Amino acid sequence: MSTATVGDLVSQPYKHGFVTDIETEKIAKGLSEDVVRLISSKKNEPEFLLAFRLRAYRQWLQMQSPDWAALGHPAIDYQNIIYYAAPKQQEKKASLDEVDPKLLETFEKLGIPLSEQKRLSNVAVDAVFDSVSIATTYREKLAEHGVVFCSISEAVKEYPGLVEKYLGTVVPSNDNYFAALNSAVFSDGSFVFIPKGVACPMELSTYFRINSADTGQFERTLIIAEEGASVSYLEGCTAPMFDTNQLHAAVVELVVLEDASIKYSTVQNWYAGDESGVGGIYNFVTKRGQCRGDRSRISWTQVETGSAITWKYPSCVLQGADSVGEFYSVALTNNYQQADTGTKMIHVGPRTRSTIVSKGISAGHSSNSYRGLVQIGPKAVGAKNYSQCDSMLIGDQAAANTYPYIRSQQPDAAVEHEASTCRISADQLFYLQSRGIGFEEAVSMMVSGFCRDVFNQLPMEFAAEADKLLALKLEGSVG
Amino acid sequence: MIRPDAPVLLEISDLHARVEEQPILKGVNLTIRAGEIHAVMGRNGSGKSTLSKVLAGHPAYTVTAGSVFYMGADLLELAPEQRSRLGLFLGFQYPVEIPGVSNLEFLRVATNSRRGQRGEEELDTFAFEDLVRERLKVVQMDPAFLDRSVNEGFSGGEKKRNEILQMALLEPLVAILDETDSGFDIDALRIVADGVNQLAGRDNATLLITHYQRLLDLITPDYVHVMAAGRILRTGGKELALELERTGYEWVDQELASLGREPAEVV
Repeated sequence: MSTATVGDLVSQPYKHGFVTDIETEKIAKGLSEDVVRLISSKKNEPEFLLAFRLRAYRQWLQMQSPDWAALGHPAIDYQNIIYYAAPKQQEKKASLDEVDPKLLETFEKLGIPLSEQKRLSNVAVDAVFDSVSIATTYREKLAEHGVVFCSISEAVKEYPGLVEKYLGTVVPSNDNYFAALNSAVFSDGSFVFIPKGVACPMELSTYFRINSADTGQFERTLIIAEEGASVSYLEGCTAPMFDTNQLHAAVVELVVLEDASIKYSTVQNWYAGDESGVGGIYNFVTKRGQCRGDRSRISWTQVETGSAITWKYPSCVLQGADSVGEFYSVALTNNYQQADTGTKMIHVGPRTRSTIVSKGISAGHSSNSYRGLVQIGPKAVGAKNYSQCDSMLIGDQAAANTYPYIRSQQPDAAVEHEASTCRISADQLFYLQSRGIGFEEAVSMMVSGFCRDVFNQLPMEFAAEADKLLALKLEGSVG
Repeated sequence: MIRPDAPVLLEISDLHARVEEQPILKGVNLTIRAGEIHAVMGRNGSGKSTLSKVLAGHPAYTVTAGSVFYMGADLLELAPEQRSRLGLFLGFQYPVEIPGVSNLEFLRVATNSRRGQRGEEELDTFAFEDLVRERLKVVQMDPAFLDRSVNEGFSGGEKKRNEILQMALLEPLVAILDETDSGFDIDALRIVADGVNQLAGRDNATLLITHYQRLLDLITPDYVHVMAAGRILRTGGKELALELERTGYEWVDQELASLGREPAEVV
């Protein structure tokens, strides 16, 4: 007789938990104005950026950590975090041959080969290790099309005008507690600029890796699509297993001008802590895009499977007339993971449209909340929103919540919200099993069926990956 | 078709089983040989539906005593999926709906798991489509149902067709069809009967679970067993079912009383 339960199934080891043994330059723990200045000077930043950081730091000191999310965790000791850690090597390398082989090996192990021979075809990758970007592939090829894809530190040096013009204009430094913290201490991240009329010829991707213990990661990503430009961008994240919690507070800003579009996909698999909830990443992320031009479009797709805590609401500000915002999300929590995630769709311009499809899967003792705001402003004549929030419960110890907020100042607007909750029932599992389908495969079939609407939105190269990642997360000790 | 020398496919001996703390099966004995069609009849609560679930390995039921051998192997040691791969099939009375899982893909994975066990090669999507289109004829099912989610929004009749389609694809050695309450659903009975009559052969066997004679007007059983209070009380040929239809189940109570047992409790 099979005695497997769904409980057995969902406890499965984390595959990216290794630590790379590499000499790292770290600054002392703790946060102060001096630390902010130190980070800025290490990066030889121009005056405007130091001023931006210091203003953010002073704002942060005046702010309180938000407590409205359905999350519980001990207070974070911001003086016990290292704010800058970088593998010891000189300047960014001109060629990959000069990059420490240990770093290349680390990314290869994570399935992200960077070397010329093995790199992913038609996907350009920026690899970020702890606080710094170590390599960006296909830069020259992209440059031929006028596309800039590099680390934000390089962008600060090479395109200071663009950075100064756009940084902090979508997510102001005092937007929220974690955005302020990020604005003060961000170390690296990706920068993308797609000039007018250019459809980016390849997928762009950034892979974030935390390696050092006690280190926070504060990356900053800025993507600008000029008039008529388009790009599809994907980020992936992993970290080693440490039994202390680590803070990750990122900010992503998207700027989309007339007739342009950005498709931003995330596969987040930070270390989630062990089965009793010890360790794991605290993931407090602010992601927002502005559809500034008419007929512009932003599409967020996220597959959130990692982190002890996820606090994340990728949002769209729909200013341009007829602009479109989309949010497709799968959030899977297991053991003692907690996720409070969703989106904000701010309709400003006339005939703006937004779609929200959220799929939450809760297993173990985890808690998974969807929190979303649909706001229709007084000028958003004919605005439309459709939201669908589905939750799936696995086992009988997990929690799923849905908090939809709708504010409309426009009587003409059409806002639709659908929600459902289901459970993988013992009878469904038995039915599949009694047709020769193993327990694990049965669960995985039902979970990927549940997520299909979202996976269909991922770039093709990554849709199969996402399916595999979910199956892996749910793979267990059966048989 | 009764052949005394046909190989034994299923041998149930003194089977006891309970659900939660409630004993339901209290010593079932039954031997099924290749080529035979058996019908198990009995009132609600007699344990006949439980028997089918225990044989298929439903986790809610615990076997407390007795044994079941299937093709010489200890059936009770096998996980439900292994039982299916080895050719034991349970046709559900009320098949569950599985939203999001494509019916075609489900049928393909199920068929391939049975084929793998038999040492046959896996069918890819194209080869499987050919096979499934051929087997659809057994149940006269509209191919449009292949593109939907498993059983989702199917009518009772379509669910039944989908069950028999699975039987036609999996080519079981022992098919157990639970039709306990479908006595008045003539459509369902006809679909099941047509399927069984087309698929029953010399090398396989069928166990029908039913409450009414109606199904047996369409399928002629070799043996009829009457279950009561968790045991098989009497075994006979097809005439036993006709007798039950005429006299009802009162004699079962009298027989139980004379055995010093309480009448079957309704669960």
